[in-house]
Amino acid sequence: MAIITVEHLRKTYGAHTAVDDVSFSVEEGEIFGIVGRNGAGKSTTVECVAGLRVPTSGRVEVGADLKEEVGVQLQDCRLPDKIRVGEALDLYASFYSRPADWRALLDEVGLDPRRTFATLSGGQRQRLSLALALVGSPRIAILDELTTGLDPLARRDTWELITRVRERGVTVVLVTHFMEEAERLCDRVAVIAGGRVLALDTPSGLVERAGVTPQVTRATLDDAFLALTDHPSD
Amino acid sequence: MAFAPTAGRLAKLAAVETRLFLREPITLFFAILLPVSLLLALGGSIPAFRVPDPEFGGQRVVDVQLPGTMVMLSVVTLALSTLPVVLAVYRERGVLRRMSTTPVRPAALLAAQLAVNVVVAVLAAALTLGLGHLVLGVPAPGAPVAFAAVFALGCLALFALGLVLAAVAPGSRAAQGLGAAVVFPLLFLGGVWLPRALMPEVLRRISDFTPTGAFGQGLIDGLGGHPPRPLHLAVLAGWALAAAIAANRLFRWG
Repeated sequence: MAIITVEHLRKTYGAHTAVDDVSFSVEEGEIFGIVGRNGAGKSTTVECVAGLRVPTSGRVEVGADLKEEVGVQLQDCRLPDKIRVGEALDLYASFYSRPADWRALLDEVGLDPRRTFATLSGGQRQRLSLALALVGSPRIAILDELTTGLDPLARRDTWELITRVRERGVTVVLVTHFMEEAERLCDRVAVIAGGRVLALDTPSGLVERAGVTPQVTRATLDDAFLALTDHPSD
Repeated sequence: MAFAPTAGRLAKLAAVETRLFLREPITLFFAILLPVSLLLALGGSIPAFRVPDPEFGGQRVVDVQLPGTMVMLSVVTLALSTLPVVLAVYRERGVLRRMSTTPVRPAALLAAQLAVNVVVAVLAAALTLGLGHLVLGVPAPGAPVAFAAVFALGCLALFALGLVLAAVAPGSRAAQGLGAAVVFPLLFLGGVWLPRALMPEVLRRISDFTPTGAFGQGLIDGLGGHPPRPLHLAVLAGWALAAAIAANRLFRWG
């Protein structure tokens, strides 16, 4: 059953078209990937889904309360320097009517509640951001560029976390430009370029469909993505 | 979506914002310590401030002029320097945007910040007058109701102006610069460096129409036992209303 339905979503800012025509639906319990290059319209799309932006036209339907049941991890969101990790989690937990146990959540992401935001590394900030998105026990988690800026080890730890989140029945919408990440985690992936959906399939379906050149012996989603979004100027 | 945050949620938000406020020693210094120490240091070290002065209606400078000005100084600092920078940082860092994804609207954060700053302004005023009384024998306000009313109206006007600064500043650095650019002329016109009683007539007339001139004089009148002048009340109310409308139109959450 679809928990998110997006039909002919369009978002323009004056003469600039951020999202041209995007349609997809996300099934309950799946990890749905949205991949694309910088500026493809990924973030605008999920921000429309999360209710942070109003679409210029098109329809967005979410089968959950946007504030209470949708956890959002936004790109480039920070906290005040002097706030402690535990304080932030406790505070954001208090916003929801059925919050998760924030101490358990902190254990899971491996953060010390006494640390202040200013002293956290990039990876730790991302994990805090993930914990804040999950602290309301959401039914849907929208994660925008969660692993950008992380080293390979931290990225793998985060992947494991996302898998565990899904095991609890949470539907995950994952925006990324790492194909390896989408290939590993996602049940289905929408490839977005120029504000449109170029292809939507399982990672292996996309690899097959893209018709990656025979010279590539073991085609990955990376190859498929490049073949799908290939542009003469690149 | 319409969601009324419970009192408990707002109390926790206010508690966290208070703790964050207390972790900024520079803010505490400028908003509380500086005005209080200026009163005690100037009042204690300049003997002329402690004898009745005909320029100030026969009252001692430490009784009325100096404490009134210091109370205004701390409100100006909190409203035009502290609050706009904190709010600009919150917007710049996406704190307001992140909150708008939760059941509690970011307006609650703004309300909590306002509340914390106003409470600190009240405490700073109480500390200034209290320590002034203990150390220098500053008398209690001669017209306490008038003093309190002017204080409240002045807070409204200046904090509303602070919200306008927070609204128009593109980032935290800009908020700092803008704050300084507004604070220094306003403090001058409010009589911090040159008391209004000693200003040339033209300058005092201009000062009458500024929020700090009206606020400072209103506080001094209240301390000295005089009712506030209607012009000053009208000026403060006008600034409060105009700034509140402008802030409401201009404020961006993301």
